[in-house]
Amino acid sequence: MRVLDKKLLRDFRRLWAQGLAIAMVMACGVATLIMAVGAFRSLEESRSAFYDRYRFGSIFAAAVRAPTHLQSRIEAISGVAATELRIMQPAILDIEGMNEPASGLAVSVPDFDEPSVNRIYIRAGRLPEPGRGNEVAVSEPFATAHGFRLGNSFSAIMNGQKHPVTIVGIVLSPEFIYAIGPGDMLPDQRRFGVFFMSKSVLAGLYDLNGAFNSVSLTTLRNANTDNIIEQLDALLKPYGGTGAHDRSEQISHAFLDAELDQLWAMAAVIPPIFLFVSAFLVNMILARLIALEREQVGLLKAVGYSTVTIGWHYAKLVTFIAIIGIVIGSGAGFWLGRALTRLYGTFYSFPFLIFRQSPDLYLLAGGVTVTAALAGAFNAIRTIADLPPATAMRPPAPANYRGFLPHWLPKLHFMSQLTIMALRHLIRWPVRTFLTILGTALSVALLVTSMFSYDSIDMMIDTIFFQTERQDATISFAADQHKDTIFDVAALPGVLLAEPFRSVAAKLKNSHWQERVAITGLPERTDLSRVLDPDFHPIVPPGSGLMLSESLARKLHAGMGDRIDVELLEKNGRTERLTVTAIAQGFVGLTAYMRLDALNRLMLEGDQISGALIKVDTNAINRLYQAVKETPQIASIALQKITLQRFRRTIEENITTSTTIYIALAVIITFGVIYNSARIQLSERARELASLRVFGFTRAEVSSVLMTELTVIVLLAQPLGWLMGYGLAWSVVRGLDTDLFRIPLVVNSETYAIASIVVLSSALFSALVVRRRINRLDLIKVLKTRE
Amino acid sequence: MPQPVFRTKDLTKIYRTGEVEVRALSSVSMTLYEGEMAVLLGPSGSGKSTLLNIIGGLDKASSGTVHFKELELTALSERQLTRYRRDHVGFVFQFYNLIPSLTARENVALVTEVAKSPMAPEEALAMVDLEDRMSHFPAQLSGGEQQRVAIARAIAKRPEVLLCDEPTGALDSKTGILVLEALARINEDLGTTTAIITHNAGIQKIAHRVISFRDGQIADTHTNEVRIKPAEVVW
Repeated sequence: MRVLDKKLLRDFRRLWAQGLAIAMVMACGVATLIMAVGAFRSLEESRSAFYDRYRFGSIFAAAVRAPTHLQSRIEAISGVAATELRIMQPAILDIEGMNEPASGLAVSVPDFDEPSVNRIYIRAGRLPEPGRGNEVAVSEPFATAHGFRLGNSFSAIMNGQKHPVTIVGIVLSPEFIYAIGPGDMLPDQRRFGVFFMSKSVLAGLYDLNGAFNSVSLTTLRNANTDNIIEQLDALLKPYGGTGAHDRSEQISHAFLDAELDQLWAMAAVIPPIFLFVSAFLVNMILARLIALEREQVGLLKAVGYSTVTIGWHYAKLVTFIAIIGIVIGSGAGFWLGRALTRLYGTFYSFPFLIFRQSPDLYLLAGGVTVTAALAGAFNAIRTIADLPPATAMRPPAPANYRGFLPHWLPKLHFMSQLTIMALRHLIRWPVRTFLTILGTALSVALLVTSMFSYDSIDMMIDTIFFQTERQDATISFAADQHKDTIFDVAALPGVLLAEPFRSVAAKLKNSHWQERVAITGLPERTDLSRVLDPDFHPIVPPGSGLMLSESLARKLHAGMGDRIDVELLEKNGRTERLTVTAIAQGFVGLTAYMRLDALNRLMLEGDQISGALIKVDTNAINRLYQAVKETPQIASIALQKITLQRFRRTIEENITTSTTIYIALAVIITFGVIYNSARIQLSERARELASLRVFGFTRAEVSSVLMTELTVIVLLAQPLGWLMGYGLAWSVVRGLDTDLFRIPLVVNSETYAIASIVVLSSALFSALVVRRRINRLDLIKVLKTRE
Repeated sequence: MPQPVFRTKDLTKIYRTGEVEVRALSSVSMTLYEGEMAVLLGPSGSGKSTLLNIIGGLDKASSGTVHFKELELTALSERQLTRYRRDHVGFVFQFYNLIPSLTARENVALVTEVAKSPMAPEEALAMVDLEDRMSHFPAQLSGGEQQRVAIARAIAKRPEVLLCDEPTGALDSKTGILVLEALARINEDLGTTTAIITHNAGIQKIAHRVISFRDGQIADTHTNEVRIKPAEVVW
């Protein structure tokens, strides 16, 4: 080993605490990068492998009842590779041991062949055999949630008949990786299940012999999707086609996309914060080390070492710290990435989750970290080049200070000399002071960013469940009914209040912007379902015209008073022009509302309703469940209040986990920044502080100089951190703004307070660690030496 | 008859670094009197700084006792020693030990703010002829000026004793004399007991008494019948 390398090792042994604190900050960057990119790749690769092997469709469309002979015409559309005509119908499931009715989606499988699009992965058993009316294959998460095994049975209420079925297969489909029940906000694998039945059986049950109500296509490479959608719409229009769409509107695919975007955003935002902070810390300790070793550098130069050799010597020290960070971070990143991928396994149903940690990811993380460290070291190392050996071996000139107020101002008598010492020191190195404040502020910001989602979701829950959709449950009819059916709903056991609604599929067009949505018709006076204006005040639906949610209005570039085209997809595409009469607030989906009577007039169908919102007496809930299971006209029931409880629980679990991780990350940054900054101040000022002890200042008084500096830094960092946290939260909210949902930007003062408390406590802890060193200052030694 | 200020008895200090044992002071018994100016003379390592550090409350003896008036320093705790330094002792060091971020006046105020009955910083600075340099930072002062600020700082709290460790060690003869004049004037005017460590034998003639050290022991003590003025010191 060369002598300089021995020096390196001994330097590190001396600096280990500071080096480790920096290595930990680097490790956080490496770990979050590996976790986010690793999980992104796992999810992305698992998805694309599943899609490819199981031929996930590219275009989807639904109709009321289309004849199967359309198949050849659909296949003849240019660019279509394969077509699968099927039947999809909602059903209510009656499962032993479960009081509330579950929702199911029945999907047909071809009788004599595998589906050519959206093939099914068989985990256990087999697909139902043709014509076997009682055989079903159920989706794996649903089976797992109920502990179903092959041979188990349950009942499905389909087209008004209770139908006992037996499970012959447990399967997964690329169409339902993320399966969410009607009206739900999160997947509930117990309350919602997809099941597959023989096509001939389903056709018989729903009177769809020789017909289909759903189609999925795969396309050739470079096919013109818009053209295919247009032609498919034209073919299906006479049969109640509600508009074809590509993958971006397919629920499961869209949710996965949102998740991938989120991971990507995380990889783009969080690791750079850590790398920036670690570069700054490297700069700080290396600059100090070189200043302390000035005479050694002069000596090395004097005996003939080149600037490059000496610079490389210090670069090696930094690289050594970076390598420790990379090793710790890689381990943590591997572990976290695997845990996150496993967590995905509970939300997303893949037949196989590829958790591949390719070496290139580790190389990337390592390379980025070493680069950031060396970038931080660059400035400090450059000072070596500027040091002529003779100057280097002389002690540096005393630091030049200046007053922070013009001399003609009255003197600051309220400040003690100790306070003035602290403040002048901060002003003497403004860049370093600013960067220290920035580093501390970043941990506040990180915490605000990680915790604000709880505030936003809380506000979202309050708005959705307590202000707009205040019903306990939503009943959807199998087919639209006369409005008087609401009285039958009101007469169901346990129903305290029932309000009708109608839902109609439509395509809204404003100039060349268009969106497929469901228009919801609501009665004039409602108590359960309310529409709010953007300031959260209830709106009385105007007697005519259309109300658009903010996000829908934005997508359509439409405002109050604009006239837009409404293509009624269920009415052979008849188009009417309506005026936008109100803009409504809305977090979930793209929504449009009309007065129920106006919607019915538009449809030219008389007084029809699609379902009812109900308020329920919880004491009678089980009797209501029983009645729903026995009422043929009810196609599905969404239980908003149960959803809410589950939603809250899931969100709380997730947020607790992620907040714990973020708190750990923020504590590591704060500790890294404050500990290093205090150690460096201590090193620079050991002489001054020891002198103070000699003059009879107590340990507490001497510590107060350092503590005042740190307090100023940490306090200034708070508002800056809040501001940056708000900015980051804003960008997160922007990033998550999809057609599926929009998260409001809400940051409660408690969130700022908690972020500050965490950072202040860890700053205090790091300051106390350094304070112990003040107590051990060697008074005599520092007085005998000359810095 | 002047009262004794410091009395040491069989004062011994042993430093242990690893396996090496250094006997820095070996059974030193001596007395310093009120108003006295004493020069402690001797080569490096002879024990004079160790003695000064112990009587100044910066270091603890291995054995023996030190009394400051009625106070037994060797029995004090860390906290009590801090209090002792704050209330009774002024220090002047070879390298000044000024706080670079404070002006001359503020460096003095640092000490007067916590002292019981200090003089005004301006008054202390005037005693060392620096009244027109009060708003300068240490980096803007010459070595001699910095040392005089350090002296002003040491005396501003009106300490009973002034302990100076090589106060002219880093200075040339001209500025060194200015510093010695300041020390002599203070001893004269305020009656502060002053102990000056030096290895410059020329300085000894300005003192009332000279205590010579060798190998951790007092080799010789003698009283100057005739004192010279600092300006007459041959460097």
